[in-house]
Amino acid sequence: MNNSIRVNCSKKNLKLIRDFVMEHLLTLQLTDIQMNQIVLAVDEICANLIIHSNHEDPTKHISLAISEQRGIVRFEITDRGMAFKRAEYKEPDLQEHVRVGKKGGVGLALVNRIMDKVEFKSMGDKNTCLLYKKIK
Amino acid sequence: MKITNEIKDSTIIITLDGELDASSSVILDEELSNPEIMKFSKILVNCENLHYISSAGLGVFISHLQRFEDAQIKLIFFNMQDKVRNVFEILGLDLLMTIVSNYEEAMTIADE
Repeated sequence: MNNSIRVNCSKKNLKLIRDFVMEHLLTLQLTDIQMNQIVLAVDEICANLIIHSNHEDPTKHISLAISEQRGIVRFEITDRGMAFKRAEYKEPDLQEHVRVGKKGGVGLALVNRIMDKVEFKSMGDKNTCLLYKKIK
Repeated sequence: MKITNEIKDSTIIITLDGELDASSSVILDEELSNPEIMKFSKILVNCENLHYISSAGLGVFISHLQRFEDAQIKLIFFNMQDKVRNVFEILGLDLLMTIVSNYEEAMTIADE
């Protein structure tokens, strides 16, 4: 089974990415909740890259590769958009979001709480996000 | 994402069918932004067929919550699948929003 997928930067492709991740995790006998959490974390990163890093430019692409080793699933997501500046990231204050009616800004908080390790790297114009999840 | 509405007196029941992600949550936002919705005192959201929610879907509810509270409109979720409820719980949103098991419970709370 091919372990990577490349899609252009359209939000409509998020469903394709989720289905791809789910298909790869099926053999791991995860619970519904575990499966949904992992699919969600990958979806959140891809949505951020498509919308914020690449401004939904359909001529640009993101790639996702999945691998598993010693009970740890690793997701490698790459793009050539604007690099994410983790140093500028702040955990959201949900009560403040409710108070001001803010729509965005909670996706990465979900990713950080679901995944065991989250890394962002940039080399030249290539950005890579690595997600690790222990499943055994 | 398919959204259907049912009106019972001062209550609107919004039924969500499908997946709420960064692409589809726009439809829900349009629905909740409709000024007509402010005529109701209770908004019940049937989540039985909501199979997936991402931060974009959560964000739509977060962004309207204060507006509904200010207008004393009760927003109540019911029939939520465990995996979807879990996403609310990861962020602690289950403490800021009302999520109940079923329609009967939702109606009871709405009438309190």
